[in-house]
Amino acid sequence: MKILTAPLMERCIGCHSCSLACAREVHHRLSWDTAGIRIRSSGGLSTGFEARTCLACLPAPCVEACPTGAYSQRKGGGVIVRKKLCIRCGSCAAACPVDAVYIDSTGEPFVCLHCGKCVPFCPHDCLEMADREAMSTSSRIPREVEMEEAS
Amino acid sequence: MIRDHFRIMKVDLATGKGQVMTLEGRDQVGGGSGLAALIYQKFGKPDAPWDDPEQPLIFAIGPLTGYFPLMSKTVMAFKSPYHDQYAESHAGGRSAVALRFAGLDALVVTGKAARPSFLSVGSSHLEVHEAHYLWGMEVQAVGKYLRRKIPGSGHRSILRIGPAGEQSSGMACVNVDTYRHFGRLGGGGAMGAKNLKAIVIQGDGNFSLPEGKAYAQLFAEVHQQLTKTKMMQKYHNLGTPINVAVLNELQALPIRNLKETGAPDINGITGERFAEDTLLRNVACAGCPVGCVHLGYVRLRFHDDHRYFFRQVSYDHEPIFAVGAMLGVTDCFRVLQLIDMTEKMGLDVMSAGVALAWATEAVEKEVISEQETIVPLKFGDAQNLETALHHLGTGANDFYRLLAQGAGKAAAHYGGGDYACVLGQEMAGYATGEVFFVSQALGFRHSHLDSGGYSFDQKHEDRDIDKALNFLIKDEEGRVLLTSMVSCLFAREVYKETLLADCLKSLGYGTMAEQMGELARRVQRLRWQTRLATGYNPAQVKIPKRFTEITTWKGPLDQEFLEALRLRYAQRILELGQEKAPEEA
Repeated sequence: MKILTAPLMERCIGCHSCSLACAREVHHRLSWDTAGIRIRSSGGLSTGFEARTCLACLPAPCVEACPTGAYSQRKGGGVIVRKKLCIRCGSCAAACPVDAVYIDSTGEPFVCLHCGKCVPFCPHDCLEMADREAMSTSSRIPREVEMEEAS
Repeated sequence: MIRDHFRIMKVDLATGKGQVMTLEGRDQVGGGSGLAALIYQKFGKPDAPWDDPEQPLIFAIGPLTGYFPLMSKTVMAFKSPYHDQYAESHAGGRSAVALRFAGLDALVVTGKAARPSFLSVGSSHLEVHEAHYLWGMEVQAVGKYLRRKIPGSGHRSILRIGPAGEQSSGMACVNVDTYRHFGRLGGGGAMGAKNLKAIVIQGDGNFSLPEGKAYAQLFAEVHQQLTKTKMMQKYHNLGTPINVAVLNELQALPIRNLKETGAPDINGITGERFAEDTLLRNVACAGCPVGCVHLGYVRLRFHDDHRYFFRQVSYDHEPIFAVGAMLGVTDCFRVLQLIDMTEKMGLDVMSAGVALAWATEAVEKEVISEQETIVPLKFGDAQNLETALHHLGTGANDFYRLLAQGAGKAAAHYGGGDYACVLGQEMAGYATGEVFFVSQALGFRHSHLDSGGYSFDQKHEDRDIDKALNFLIKDEEGRVLLTSMVSCLFAREVYKETLLADCLKSLGYGTMAEQMGELARRVQRLRWQTRLATGYNPAQVKIPKRFTEITTWKGPLDQEFLEALRLRYAQRILELGQEKAPEEA
């Protein structure tokens, strides 16, 4: 199964279209927080943007931490979340090493499901669905070169 | 979240307390421009001076803000230090979406803080912090301190003023998220008079959406139109600076204080030149996939041993015209340096550049001297002009303090009014002819965005007063509808009435969707009524002689047409302000 990746965040313009799309299409919310991908600027807009999103750990520490089985391991990396089983304890967010889980004011967790619905909303193609196996460093290099040549 | 009323937060800086209030009138005025005027009518003091502590600063968004792409602007309304009348200024950045996610249709700030302060507001907090240590600080530095103090990176909007705002300058802007501005008519001065250095808006709430798939489908369609068609290409490709070369070619670019309208040396500051030599990247307002904000860079050597620093500076047509063409500075990196100085000072770059262009010509004509300007001013001398912008921002002497109230006021004192390029306020970057000059001189915001007069000039060779007048009124009406939603005006070709109606319906605003025409006309009237009540008399607006001396691609300016249109438009504005709404008539 493919996972969501954000390999070209240097192109990001900070429009938040991805977060808004996730909140809208996946979680049926109007928000840039209750989303599996969230855009942050670090030290102001002049330093660029970073995406807070699930890196598809395998095995995932949030699954290990979840006391009720609401989180289970997704094939190919990441998690499957069954909200009905969730007791709003926040252990998943605490266990995530990359701050990918957002907990709203009611304790509900929001994390990327690797569904890819955000991808078409990115105007600069920063995001991409990819196989975990293809995520080696070497596979990125040709892409960067092609991009430079194209420009 | 989708409400049939307005939810506003009214903060009193004197007490540090706020009040959440409900206002009726959603279907009547929409939001944005309409809501701002409604709020000023309720809480404003039309007869009191602009710096009366009770005068409100209003930040309003619309029913579509955050729900659809490019619905990304906030309308700021206030009584202006520039002309002591009701004024609007618009900005993007993250301010609009942050207000939406803070759960507010408007933030209203009244009172004056006892000491320099900043305000922080979100969906579940309101705090006024004493912040004497920020006073005197340049705009970028304030941003850095506040980012450290207030959490929410990426999901907050930081509005702040620089030294110019603290000086109550009539051309002080409010900087929004580093690269955007509530630029014109001195909103920064209005903030400074309240001892308010900054406002942080945290968009930390989340809200439910309409049931069903219709809304998400419509969103996807609009997003597709905006990103997959060529409609928005000009804004993210070269951006607005594409106009520099086009206008120069047409002989319609104001150059060296509008002594010229076309010149070969402008080739150094065209949009193409900026993109090729200086462009680092683009950024976007929150909720806009277009990304029209172009960032160039300033790189300065500060030591013999090859030590440099660099800063990113946003550029657009208007800043390039104002501190480039108007000041005769024709090197793109020099222009960025001048823009950067206005950013530090928190000056509106358009007003500052055009005012300084008047001062530069006044020096040339020996109306003023270095006694006033401190440094020698000369067209093209970027270094001294940069120093002069610093003096203008800090109010270095009586001359600069007066100039900061507008070139017209300085000229009234020192002389040289004939060549003060003022159309209600310092001119925008279009010398296209009679309709634009009248449109900016008399228009509501004295902005090139009130109505497309510059476009009308380019499309019509005939000088038909009725046609021009009808265009100005109808175009303003259409734009008022958009600024009540609140859309970025760059999307005006996308958000036509049918699409706007569909968007409103998808959120449950069916009544508003069916009465958009009436709403637009109502808000248009309401805005003019509000402005007129604060003392505006359009019949008294004069267009300085310099504007009548230009030659464009159409030939010499037609003074008779200009004057006749000016009188008719003034009359029409007065009539609009007196018209009764159909329900009142």
